Amino acid sequence: SRIAIRRPGTDSDKNARPLSLSGHVGFDSLPHQLVNKSTCQGFCFNILCIGETGIGKSTLMDTLFNTNFENFESSHFEPKVKLRAQTYDLQESNVRLKLTIVNTVGFGDQMNKQESYQHVVDYIDTQFESYLQEELKIKRSLHNYHDSRIHACLYFIAPSGHSLKSLDLVTMKKLDSKVNIIPVIAKADTISKSELHKFKIKIMSELVSNGVQIYQFPTDDETVSKINTAMNGILPFAVVGSSEEVKIGNKMVKARQYPWGVVQVENENHCDFVKLREMLICVNMEDLREQTHTRHYELYRRCKLEEMGFTDTNPESKPVSLQETYEAKRHEFLGDLQRREEEMRQMFVQRVKEKETELKEAERELQGKFEQLKRLHSEEKSKLDEKRRSLEDEINTFSKKKAAAELLQGQSFNTNANLKKDKDRKK
Amino acid sequence: MTTNIRYKSRIPIKSDETTEEKQYVGFATLPNQVHRKSVKKGFDFTLMVAGESGMGKSTLVNSLFLTDLYKDRKLLNAEERINQTVEIIKHTVDIEEKGVKLKLTIVDTPGFGDAVNNNECWKPITDYIDQQFEQYFRDESGLNRKNIQDNRVHCCLYFIPPFGHGLRPVDVEFMKALHEKVNVVPLIAKADCLTPNEIKKLKDRVREEIERFGIKVYQFPECDSDEDEEFKQLDKELKECCPLAVIGSNTVVEARGQRVRGRLYPWGIVEVENQSHCDFVKLRNMLIRSHMHDLKDVTCDVHYENYRAQCIQDMTSKLTHDNRMESPIPILPLSTPDVETDRLIKMKDEEVNCYVIMEILERTKMALPLVLSLYLL
Repeated sequence: SRIAIRRPGTDSDKNARPLSLSGHVGFDSLPHQLVNKSTCQGFCFNILCIGETGIGKSTLMDTLFNTNFENFESSHFEPKVKLRAQTYDLQESNVRLKLTIVNTVGFGDQMNKQESYQHVVDYIDTQFESYLQEELKIKRSLHNYHDSRIHACLYFIAPSGHSLKSLDLVTMKKLDSKVNIIPVIAKADTISKSELHKFKIKIMSELVSNGVQIYQFPTDDETVSKINTAMNGILPFAVVGSSEEVKIGNKMVKARQYPWGVVQVENENHCDFVKLREMLICVNMEDLREQTHTRHYELYRRCKLEEMGFTDTNPESKPVSLQETYEAKRHEFLGDLQRREEEMRQMFVQRVKEKETELKEAERELQGKFEQLKRLHSEEKSKLDEKRRSLEDEINTFSKKKAAAELLQGQSFNTNANLKKDKDRKK
Repeated sequence: MTTNIRYKSRIPIKSDETTEEKQYVGFATLPNQVHRKSVKKGFDFTLMVAGESGMGKSTLVNSLFLTDLYKDRKLLNAEERINQTVEIIKHTVDIEEKGVKLKLTIVDTPGFGDAVNNNECWKPITDYIDQQFEQYFRDESGLNRKNIQDNRVHCCLYFIPPFGHGLRPVDVEFMKALHEKVNVVPLIAKADCLTPNEIKKLKDRVREEIERFGIKVYQFPECDSDEDEEFKQLDKELKECCPLAVIGSNTVVEARGQRVRGRLYPWGIVEVENQSHCDFVKLRNMLIRSHMHDLKDVTCDVHYENYRAQCIQDMTSKLTHDNRMESPIPILPLSTPDVETDRLIKMKDEEVNCYVIMEILERTKMALPLVLSLYLL
């Protein structure tokens, strides 16, 4: 039996009656406690910058965060799109920020750009995946986990003055369900005011007509809804970045010096840089993080788990908890494993039997051969014995004959010798 | 502020009567005659513009020829451009200035580099150029050559985006596909997004990459030694400025008390014809005022001749394979160099040389006493 947790906002709310306090309790410090805790922990923010090579991604980051990140000038001849992530530790007053900037390398340079968006999508998914893995671990440390999920994606639009490029449209369409997209018009000091107005309208209408969902600054919180609504109408921001400073009046400001004038980055009349900084960093940074977690990450997680076969309701439409599904999966997996083991064992036994019969067969063969050889051997032996006997017989006979012959010869010699003696005597 | 490039007029100044009276023949008026006839005949010029959309090509053409060629143009959306193929669109206009008529043809290439997959996107353009060459080749070899229309492309302005660090793969491939068919003049487009330092860096980079990749862009001809110093100086400056960084404008604004073509920004006004703002004036002078005819000459003498020679070689090698004379173009029997004939020609040449030398010696022998007598007198 499960304990039903009454959530506020459901009809069982009627049981929670509002009480009035007769004095100061002090739980109004809860937000402060939260803030203190987060400040001690430090914050983490990850920005992805997508744009053509040389469009000004690194310069804008330098300008936004008022510092000089290490920047490499990329070549236009990269064979495919890569992503380069760099992490920095920044501090402002007593707030620490772990900032990760991810830049595309070689985006928009290839002749065939059909695969360009895929590398970006893969990168974003990889970050979601590693968070999911951490979440599913048995021994988790989400507290210390370095969240690398992309919180904001700045998409840099080239200032052609006409409309979006085909690559822009295709890429943003693939990314709008995975990340908070904030489109910006880069190098906006090449577009005049009237052209800019038309350009922005054209871009937004193209995005709308193609169903691309860019990030909308939240308007549900009254303290910021007014400014956010106004800013939503100025999207996309036309920005100019600069790491160089020019003296205007008696101050050094970030600017670009042309023969016909000086473009001041922080002059709201010249470009929307200040608005971007305000919206991205000062007002909505926390909302961007929240949206990433509650909307984009949850969508990823749900899709991933559904792929793996998890559901929230079983075929009879009864709620199924993750644990049950997990158990069922595990059971299935173990059963599978056992079956495989059994199969392998059977196979092994079979093999052994086969080998045994083979060996026995071989043994029998050998035995037969041995018998045969033995027989042959004894046959040969008896033949040889016979031959020996006959040979001995022959030898005996021969020696007898020899003896007899010698005897005869001796007698005849004696007789001859006598005769000779006689002859000699007679002389 | 306009700069006038002095077009060195070849019309001779009539010499004073009091200076030495030479035997007057009168062919010193030939330049005059050429001038008169050419004004009567009129000129034609075909200019191609190529580059991604949004680079300001149409605006620049309008600024160059001070007219509006693109009044009813329809631009495609990003969605429509995903699979776009390159089109070729021709605009022909007749313009006149001080009695000189010019038939100007602008060849546009919308769609170039705009699709997601741009493999071989330059092919329709090279096909078009070849078609024009082929057309001219047929016309030139035909029987009735009275009214040949020259539609060959004399110059191709290629717009390089100023947003990157140099040339991109699509730029290199395009220029390499075209550099032996047409005079390629690379330009840095929308130069008002670059500070003077950045322009210099980009120009150096592009020049270095053009050389590294072996791209043969249009080279300005060397100055004649008898040109005046000012012209030589301007020519030198022009060569050092390549590729030219241009800005175009369709609107007229008020700057420093004058009405000029320019772009109005909150931080200043860019004047298209201000030499310290961009190289537009240099481009206009080069393209229209000084080198237009040279562009035509190089197209006729180099690119077209290469095409023609290649065409003929292909044809004769094909004919020796199959023995059918199907082509309508008359081919001279002596088109491929023959070793035997070459040798004969050389021998004959030497013979003639010897004969000439002997004649000269004979004549000098005869003339020697005469010369000596004159000298002694």
